[in-house]
Amino acid sequence: MNNVVIDLKRLTKHFPVGNGKFTALSDINLSFSKGEFAGLVGPSGSGKTTLLNIIGSLDVPSEGSANVLGKSIAGLSQKQAAQLRNYHIGFIFQTYNLLPVYTVYENVEFALLLQNMTEGERRKAVMQALEWVGLTDKEKSKPSMLSGGECQRVAIARSMVKQPDIVLADEPTANLDSKNSHHILQTMQRLNEELGVTFIFSTHDEKVMQYLKRKISLADGRVVNDETVELIANR
Amino acid sequence: MKLAFNLAYKNLIGAGLRTWLNVGVLSFAFVLIIFYNGMIDGWNRQGREDTKAWEVAHGQFWHPEYDRLDVFTIIDAHQEITGTAAEYVSAGKLVPILLRQATIYPQGRMQGVLLKGIPHQQAVLELPTSVLQYNENAVAALIGHRMAKAAGLKVNDRLLIRWRDKNGTFDAIELRIAAIFSCDVPSVDNGQIYIDFDQMQKMVGLNNHATLLVKGTEEEIELSNWDFKNINVLLKELDDIIESKKAGGIVLQAVLLLIALLAIFDTQVLSVFRRQKEIGTYIALGLTRQQVVGIFTVEGGAHSFLAALVGAVYGIPFFLWLDTVGISFGNVDVGITIAEKIYPYYSIGLIFTSILLIVISATIVSYIPARKISGMNPTEALKGKLQ
Repeated sequence: MNNVVIDLKRLTKHFPVGNGKFTALSDINLSFSKGEFAGLVGPSGSGKTTLLNIIGSLDVPSEGSANVLGKSIAGLSQKQAAQLRNYHIGFIFQTYNLLPVYTVYENVEFALLLQNMTEGERRKAVMQALEWVGLTDKEKSKPSMLSGGECQRVAIARSMVKQPDIVLADEPTANLDSKNSHHILQTMQRLNEELGVTFIFSTHDEKVMQYLKRKISLADGRVVNDETVELIANR
Repeated sequence: MKLAFNLAYKNLIGAGLRTWLNVGVLSFAFVLIIFYNGMIDGWNRQGREDTKAWEVAHGQFWHPEYDRLDVFTIIDAHQEITGTAAEYVSAGKLVPILLRQATIYPQGRMQGVLLKGIPHQQAVLELPTSVLQYNENAVAALIGHRMAKAAGLKVNDRLLIRWRDKNGTFDAIELRIAAIFSCDVPSVDNGQIYIDFDQMQKMVGLNNHATLLVKGTEEEIELSNWDFKNINVLLKELDDIIESKKAGGIVLQAVLLLIALLAIFDTQVLSVFRRQKEIGTYIALGLTRQQVVGIFTVEGGAHSFLAALVGAVYGIPFFLWLDTVGISFGNVDVGITIAEKIYPYYSIGLIFTSILLIVISATIVSYIPARKISGMNPTEALKGKLQ
């Protein structure tokens, strides 16, 4: 059990709606080990993103517990939660969420600016991250000059540059064509294997599912299936 | 903090025209505030210097009963110049002036004037009193250009003047306008006629008497039976008027600054609403909400730094040019000392205060909308949902 990086017990999340409440997640019991390449799959509204947000300490459970890297999400102060995200969790979003005024290099570097690193250390880490995603030649480009696939690769580099323990990818291929989707997924798969980073996806994209080693199906906020699937990538 | 400034700079430059419109308006407020206050300060400095040169020098000793705002005190407000006062007068360090009310009759009209006897050899005041020594056919008189205009007088004009002597008896004599001086100090000009001090004493029968003594030296002088009025007392009216002008100007400056700040406020409100996804991203990347508030506040406040730079680009040449040519007010007569041309005076204090005022104001109006971020739900922000 030493390998467990995420442990969710009887996790429930309600959102207020008018005078009542909407239950987005109900009685979730899951755990993720270090180096997993797992996906939360299910239709829109099934609770995938809400679960990712709680794991990423952007939200807190209404009931139950969510322990990430040994820390209870509900008990973290804003500053502690920010530190957890800054040092240990990387995010990849469907719409890339790159800072438009920064260059590729600066976008990737941003995550490191909050850490006590020298400029030289930062440069080395950023260039390595850009090398992982094959974008060293685009370091001076602004996001507006890149294709969707390139933007998402920058987002991957930004999430990986700090060498986090966990990367949370929310519909990372939803805005990409098939070729770019496979390229992105192969990149993430390679980083998962080489660096042992835990990847958790939220997706309903069949292409993503082909790469997952573990598929957790959600429906109406409940886990309906949790299975390890055969790796069928590269076919 | 470096991150906040770096990001603010990039976001501001990235916002393009919106930033430059805000910066343009704010820089105009900068330049106008400095210009207006510089002009008032320049007027004040020139006004004080001119008044000192033409009227008050290093202060005045007044007869205890003399009140310059009460003409009824003039008749009795005089005393003999004796002792220490006489020594200083002989040394040219005090200039005695004897006052009397009189009436002139230019072109058959009757006009009340203040007759001033002043030694023609004095060198303390700028008044060209040397012309008063030539009294061959008529008593030489010196008037200012305002008085000349009011009475319709020219150099070498002659006119009748009537006054009461020490016994209250009316007497009259013919004056010759020996010279007309031009100065910016209305209080030495309007309704006043200068004649030689000795001539004046003969006319009123008050030998060696004076109403006031103008101090022409910085050294400390103590005279019994004379009330000393220092520069601050004598220039109080000018100072008060300039203060009131400054206060009036604040309204104009405040309105302009308010417009500029409103533009920044609007931009900030728009930013906080339009850039919710960006805010969510910052939080996801590991910034606390307070740090994001800081970034947005610095970004709004940075408008004022850019405005200072832009203002300097066109403001400094403009101010240097004004310093060379001055601002002409022509011969406007507003009843107080005002130079024909005012040369604005820009002190370091003025510039520093103006910059500080605008930077602090811009930062405050930037902080107010940015505060909303601290109450934002980051998951909603990431979706770009309005909150």
